[in-house]
Amino acid sequence: MAEIVMNNIVKQYGDGFPAVNDVSLDIADGEFMILVGPSGCGKSTLLRMIVGLEDITSGDMVIGGTRVNDKAPRERNLSMVFQNYALYPHLSVFENIAFPLRLAKMDDAEVRRRVNEAADVLELHEHLERKPANLSGGQRQRVAMGRAIVRQAEAFLFDEPLSNLDAKLRGQMRTEISRLQRRLGITTVYVTHDQTEAMTLGDRVCVLRKGKIQQVASPRELYEQPVNLFVAGFIGSPPMNFLPAQLEGNQLSTPFGPIELDDRRAKAVTGRDLLLVGIRPEYFEDASLVDDAKRPLGSVFRARVDVTEWLGDQQYAYIPYEAPEEITAQLRALSRELDSEELRTQAIVSIDSTSRIREGRDAEFWLDSRKVHVFDPTTGDNLTRDAEAGAALTRMATEDREEQIAESTGGPSGRSADSGGAQAAGAA
Amino acid sequence: MSRREKTWWWIAGVVILLYCLFPIAWIASLSFKGPADIANQQFLPSTTTTENYSTILTGTASDLFLPALRNSFGICLIATFISCILSMFAAYAIARLDFPGKKLILSTALAVAIFPVISIVTPLFNLWRQIGLYDTWLGLIIPYLSLTLPLSIWTMSAFFREIPWEMEQAAQVDGATTWQAFRKVIVPLAAPGVFTTAIIAFFIAWNDFAYGISLTSTSRARPVPAALGLFSGASQFEDPTGAIAAAAVIVTIPVVVLVLIFQRRIVAGLTNGAVKG
Repeated sequence: MAEIVMNNIVKQYGDGFPAVNDVSLDIADGEFMILVGPSGCGKSTLLRMIVGLEDITSGDMVIGGTRVNDKAPRERNLSMVFQNYALYPHLSVFENIAFPLRLAKMDDAEVRRRVNEAADVLELHEHLERKPANLSGGQRQRVAMGRAIVRQAEAFLFDEPLSNLDAKLRGQMRTEISRLQRRLGITTVYVTHDQTEAMTLGDRVCVLRKGKIQQVASPRELYEQPVNLFVAGFIGSPPMNFLPAQLEGNQLSTPFGPIELDDRRAKAVTGRDLLLVGIRPEYFEDASLVDDAKRPLGSVFRARVDVTEWLGDQQYAYIPYEAPEEITAQLRALSRELDSEELRTQAIVSIDSTSRIREGRDAEFWLDSRKVHVFDPTTGDNLTRDAEAGAALTRMATEDREEQIAESTGGPSGRSADSGGAQAAGAA
Repeated sequence: MSRREKTWWWIAGVVILLYCLFPIAWIASLSFKGPADIANQQFLPSTTTTENYSTILTGTASDLFLPALRNSFGICLIATFISCILSMFAAYAIARLDFPGKKLILSTALAVAIFPVISIVTPLFNLWRQIGLYDTWLGLIIPYLSLTLPLSIWTMSAFFREIPWEMEQAAQVDGATTWQAFRKVIVPLAAPGVFTTAIIAFFIAWNDFAYGISLTSTSRARPVPAALGLFSGASQFEDPTGAIAAAAVIVTIPVVVLVLIFQRRIVAGLTNGAVKG
């Protein structure tokens, strides 16, 4: 177990393209760190530099207090789960898991004990004599994890380990990984492009864009206090809505009517002609279903609903709006960068599933203005970010983690399993 | 495929099979004919005799054929073995590493493979006599390597390219040195490729005639194809056709056996299960 410290890491390829550009990141001992971002953001490259499969152009990679830039992968004592599992097809499951131990010239009895222990944890006992070719996707995934946990590695590295599984299995394995990490208390770096995995698994999440770190924070801070347009748009599903706005006094005038800002936020955004308001889908509600007590905290507007999607526990409504040309272009570029293709400017709003709002008709919506963020459309910076509140959220997550690790190392019973269960429920 | 199409495929297959196997059947039948029967213009011998086989195995031609058989086996196995080992390393480097001159190596290998054997036989004959390699095993193994290596490198590098990079990286992360990763992961996975290459290389060496006849003069190193050419009939008016046919059948047997033994290993698909479904 060790902490991983990266100082100004740069990865430049032969053609001079910086895949990873000046990344500095501290991963604490026992922490679960997620590297997330759209494809091509450099997250996998960064992981491969930690494990030593990719050379570091400049900067320092320090694991457990020693600089490892020039060390071969086998000298770093890290274990890794690959996206395609990379199991050895000519070896049985037992020998696959035992492979690192055999390389370390461990004696036979000890190998058997350790492999059986790992097989217990991952429920692989009845498959130990089979070959990987005869296993299902989920079983192969577990074998790959077995190979990772069987030796006392300094840290676990996961490279999109769940992307080859179907949705249901992915959910199960996600909680499995979370439980395992808490139980073993080992520093973990996990690469994914799936934000559900990022939000549910990570103690902290590092959002990368074009090789640069955008924000490193707990999932809650990322969600509630994103540092810029990119993070705000990337985290959250359905994504945050961005509306063009102009400031008039303490009010933002938007296609969905005026939004009142408090003094702090109003002061932060003054002096700009055009702004972008970021509103999460769940800040909206069907106006007829809002409590009278809550109603004055937001504003009410009328809009024509294009499409509604009823999902049982939730309902989404799509509301198209007009936006100036420059804003439309900006939003389109952003959505392309986030691996999606937004064809029209429309807001996705989440309304109560009992709402009877109909497609193609006008309806009245209520908008909670307390938590909206305002962005500068040219730089993308979040003008209303409350750094203090954000830091508090991340501090809370850190305390939670320390508490959990202390409990699981003290007595490996209930609590760690509970946290896994809670996260599973949150993910569903 | 419809039923009709299937039938046509079957018929076409049988026709091709007959076309390919007919000469072999003819040779087998010839080998069982007596001297009087050879020119009887019939497929089957009128009386079946094993006289030809006894001629080459125990009779007058045996001191020509048996040492040649031993030479052929020895020389071809050694040449195959060396060429497999060398081409394994070469192919691994070609498939995995990026180094200047990679293209050059591959195209040189191809150039060597298509270079006509007959044009280097004469200079080689002179050279070998000068340095004492003439009529020795080594004197044949070296030119056989030049025949087998290019092809081995090409087939083997195709096999190595199929093995996912991650296998090796996983081994390295698990604590293996480059050499350990190669020996414990890559070589077992490449086994079908190695066997395929070995069989092809063995055939090439086994079938060679030009080097065999030119670079040897006695039974010290003369391989079977060359020895067959030196068979003589019982009298000078009689062709040794029957004996040659019998020898040809015997020479074919190891090749067939080799393919039968390794055909399961040749069928690739061992990497199945290494990566996602």
